Amino acid sequence: MRLEAKGISFGYKKGVKILDQFQITIENHERVGIVAPSGFGKTTLCQILSGYIKPASGQVLLDGKDIYKIQGYCPVQMIWQHPEKAVNPRLRMKDIIAEGDGIDERIMDGLGIERDWLNRFPGELSGGEVQRFCIARALGKRTKFLIADEISTMLDLITQSQVWNFLLTEVAERKIGLIVVTHSNLLMERIATRQVVLSSEPAKSLLFH
Amino acid sequence: MNNTGSVTILQKYQRKRLNQRSQTLLVLAFGSIFLLAITVIGTLVGDIAITTNFTQKNFLPQIAHPFGTDWLGRDMLARTLKGMSISIYIGLFASVISAVIAAILGAAAATLGKKVDAVITWFIDLVMGIPHLLLLILISYAIGRGTFGVVVAVAISHWPVLTRIIRGEILQLKEANYIKIAGKLGQSKMKIVVKHMIPHVFPQFLVGLVLLFPHAILHEAALTFLGFGLPPEQPGIGIILSESMKYLSLGMWWLALFPGMVLMTTVLLFDLVGGSLRKMIDPHSAQE
Ligand SMILES: Nc1ncnc2c1ncn2[C@@H]1O[C@H](COP(=O)(O)OP(=O)(O)OP(=O)(O)O)[C@@H](O)[C@H]1O
Ligand SMILES: [Mg+2]
Repeated sequence: MRLEAKGISFGYKKGVKILDQFQITIENHERVGIVAPSGFGKTTLCQILSGYIKPASGQVLLDGKDIYKIQGYCPVQMIWQHPEKAVNPRLRMKDIIAEGDGIDERIMDGLGIERDWLNRFPGELSGGEVQRFCIARALGKRTKFLIADEISTMLDLITQSQVWNFLLTEVAERKIGLIVVTHSNLLMERIATRQVVLSSEPAKSLLFH
Repeated sequence: MNNTGSVTILQKYQRKRLNQRSQTLLVLAFGSIFLLAITVIGTLVGDIAITTNFTQKNFLPQIAHPFGTDWLGRDMLARTLKGMSISIYIGLFASVISAVIAAILGAAAATLGKKVDAVITWFIDLVMGIPHLLLLILISYAIGRGTFGVVVAVAISHWPVLTRIIRGEILQLKEANYIKIAGKLGQSKMKIVVKHMIPHVFPQFLVGLVLLFPHAILHEAALTFLGFGLPPEQPGIGIILSESMKYLSLGMWWLALFPGMVLMTTVLLFDLVGGSLRKMIDPHSAQE
């Protein structure tokens, strides 16, 4: 499978482009790191690649199909930077995980999710614990690409390494393409097979002045 | 968050919260029971309220007649309760209609696109721009005075506030990450509405509805008092008050004072009940 972004431009305000004619092609055996300083549009790019935002121009294609127009389960799943916003505070964790596409016990075990957490509400878990549910939820059966937007910043080093170990074997076994955003160079070296540097026009000019 | 941190601080915090919660619950229960009592007793004393007794005309408040009697010897306590219950029924009816309008228009404005939203928002601004009482009088005058006119007038003039709230809530919800994620996980629109949206919006709707009661009751009474509302055959609290005004100059102060106080108390109680209901179902207490 191939995820292809062609001529992507996008900005939240008129006249300010965060992304300008951005291109990228990712195969499902690759692990691509996206590197850029804060506020350069990494999260925005992730949202465009997973079909949450329609770019002002250009297209994101998954095996030739426009990702923004896909109905039903989206094979490109994004894991968000802020887990507390990614779950409904009124639902128990077991109902939250049930929204995923048939999440195996194996996945929950691999991510260190304790069974006792399933009956709790998000407010009764730590940020890192909720994030593990969000990661598990994104690993449904039909997931072909996984976009991880700074998913481990709230985890301690040991848990972080446990989670990434599991994720790397999982994507390798299931031939899931991985796109990673992280500010940690160490992590980036370990995970990514290739890195893409994001730079935007207004930001570039800022750097040069 | 919860499993670390000092136990004593945690306990203290929880105890205080529990106290506050049970206090709110108490206010809610007390208020509701009181209002229910007024309504039920008012409905049951219908006969006493219209029984005239010319041997007991114009009595001052006393043990047998705590609110006194009127110029026809009717017991003012019974009349007041009866009037209040009529007003509560009408207020209830008007509020429910108003709230249903608000739910439909609010949801429509938030989901049916920019044009529908613009039209509904325009109507909200229009209705809110006209002074309430003026609008009430105009509508009830146009429809014809009487119970139907009052209900329609109160219902039509009270939907905008709640519509705005519901519209805002749904718009905000549509942007919530977890709802967008649910869509990408292939959850159907119907499922998202039932599982994510209604549980969030319904409590707000309920609180809005209860908070509409006091307005509806007060405005019904005002409208009736001014002679644009209920007919004399439907002796709501407004009728009692306006009739009593004629006797006020004769020194019969109790005819207006007690019904007025009961009206005030009822309105304040409804406000209190609505307020505690809001506190109870605040999003942050959703865990319980
Ligand atoms: N919903 C939004 N509306 C308007 N502006 C936005 C919105 N989301 C992001 N922005 C702006 O777009 C720019 C890029 O934001 P984005 O979240 O993509 O950055 P980021 O690279 O992920 O940063 P970080 O590393 O801090 O997460 C920022 O300047 C931000 O203020
Ligand atoms: Mg970001």
